[in-house]
Amino acid sequence: MSDQAYEAWRRAFADAPLRSVPFTTMSGIPLEPVYGPSDGEFPGVYPYTRGPHASMYRSRLWTMRMFAGFGTATDTNTRFKDIIRSGGTGLSTAFDMPTLLGLDSDDAMSLGEVGRCGVAIDTLADMRDLFADIDLAHITTSMTINSPAAVMLALFVAQAEESGVARASLGGTLQNDILKEYQAQKEFVFPPRQSMRLVRDTMAFTTASMPKWNSISVSGYHIREAGSTAAEELAFTLANGFAYVELARNAGLAVDAFAPRLSFFFNAHIDFFEEIAKYRAARRIWARWMRDVYGATEERSLQLRFHTQTAGVSLTAQQPEINIARTAIEALAGVLGGTQSLHTNSMDEALALPTEKAARIALRTQQVIAYETNVTHVADPLGGSYFVEELTNEMERQAEALFAEIMAFGEGSMLEGCISGIERNWFQGKIADSAYELERAFNRGERIVVGVNDFREGNDDIETLRITNADEKKQRERLAKVRQNRNDDLVRERLDALAASARDPEVNLMEDLIAASVAYASVGEMMAAMGGVFGRHVEVPSI
Amino acid sequence: MSLRVLVAKVGLDGHDRGIKIVARILRDAGMEVVYTGLFQTADTVALAAIQEDVNVVGLSMLSGAHMTLAPLVVAALRERGSDIPVVVGGIVPPSDVVLLTAAGVAGVMGPGASDHEIIATITNAALVS
Repeated sequence: MSDQAYEAWRRAFADAPLRSVPFTTMSGIPLEPVYGPSDGEFPGVYPYTRGPHASMYRSRLWTMRMFAGFGTATDTNTRFKDIIRSGGTGLSTAFDMPTLLGLDSDDAMSLGEVGRCGVAIDTLADMRDLFADIDLAHITTSMTINSPAAVMLALFVAQAEESGVARASLGGTLQNDILKEYQAQKEFVFPPRQSMRLVRDTMAFTTASMPKWNSISVSGYHIREAGSTAAEELAFTLANGFAYVELARNAGLAVDAFAPRLSFFFNAHIDFFEEIAKYRAARRIWARWMRDVYGATEERSLQLRFHTQTAGVSLTAQQPEINIARTAIEALAGVLGGTQSLHTNSMDEALALPTEKAARIALRTQQVIAYETNVTHVADPLGGSYFVEELTNEMERQAEALFAEIMAFGEGSMLEGCISGIERNWFQGKIADSAYELERAFNRGERIVVGVNDFREGNDDIETLRITNADEKKQRERLAKVRQNRNDDLVRERLDALAASARDPEVNLMEDLIAASVAYASVGEMMAAMGGVFGRHVEVPSI
Repeated sequence: MSLRVLVAKVGLDGHDRGIKIVARILRDAGMEVVYTGLFQTADTVALAAIQEDVNVVGLSMLSGAHMTLAPLVVAALRERGSDIPVVVGGIVPPSDVVLLTAAGVAGVMGPGASDHEIIATITNAALVS
């Protein structure tokens, strides 16, 4: 090995702006920005195992992006402002179940779910309240939505443009990762191929018109929460990422035009070193495949950037305060693994949606890591550990073995392999098997969960957030008012145009969706207009 | 005679990790388990439970809609003259357990329930009814 990587790192680091803090230990020992032999790997240099950027947190801390949403848009807007006041640096919107499934709040199936585990968004009026008095030119917004992702993007663009912010200047992320919905999260609406057409449309639209927008957040989080192993999370997520790359290339987009705007989202589970190895392997695999398989040449196309959320599934309802410790350890794994953005779960989430106090403690946990521990001074501090390097290689080997299986389903295409794997229930079965195996280990006492299968004394109740059905009623009334005051003929006309465009698979639906949004067509109406053409996905139930 | 159990997801909640694990635990314990899949309504669950002649209905709910939907399932069964007991598992705040019991739910299992607790809750519900 030559010192080429070191030289590249040294040049990049010299150009990087640095935060004005002393880069020393607490006792004053000066620290290098990265450690390792000069012929080894370096952060900010291919294959980016040690981090996407040369200076990592010396230039910029991760974005403390707290996921929030409940009740009406106005309620969530208040929580957003609390987050910004408490030092949160990005917003992340949780939508309620009806919105996630593209249903209106007054749909019969929405009963009991409106505003329950996220915010209810029916029309442009709600989107406007959601971001009222928040400066979208300066704070980036992530929207966790998948089946109706194109609809939510249309509403977001419509609301920004009416307030005078051009679409080209909007920064943020749409989750828009439909493949993992069929595999794990199960909030699907249309069949896989029709859904992928909408993903293609959003990718083409944002690539052309919203250069600062991340078109997809390819998400392993939900795959892991549904029960996969760390290696399965890694492999399925990257396979889905490659599938989107193939989708966009098939639509004629140049890989270096859209790949820089693909971002990732991983889980931070409780097995500390395994998680860190997973993030390191993810960066290395992505860089190699993007360069060697998909022919990307731009650095940003090769650099995997990711958001992290601590593992909801690791939280316990028993002795809930212990969850603060779990979350701190998981968050630290995300940071030592080089995350670009982080959400920390609240201690009460195995019981209910978080209270404001619990959410604040979760944010403070990140701030302790960021400002007190000095772990931010040195990039990839575990790089070079015999253990972590070998675990990183093992993650990579296991992921490659799974890629080969998926590729075989698709006869050489990852896109076809992912769709075929979903249709043959392969992903779903793998995830359910891994979940069951872990559960058996807990039940046999081979693995300990403190407070659950050992150390059980001292279970105190804590205060939890109550959401009443009053929000549901309020939201239904609000929607009724919007329907009353809008121009129904115009809505009908634009929904008909949307349906007509949906019938032609070559047409990009984004402009039709924006036009319908501006006319106050509801999420449910836009989804129904497309659903009449696309049909519905039904999962064959299996245990 | 082995117990027959219908496990169901009512409403829009797609979290199916728990229900699949519970289904496998019950099956391993020798019960016959029917899973009707995602996005069911109170009526479809009641009809399936009666048609399948099950001893217990188990609902898995993680979206916070349990206070609305679980009593609807109980009511849908009773309206059809069935006394099949309904058990709820999932994210349920402790303060809601009493309310669910008052609404006719025969048992509630929270996160972290062991396989023994799950089997006991289902068996007890079947015996008491």
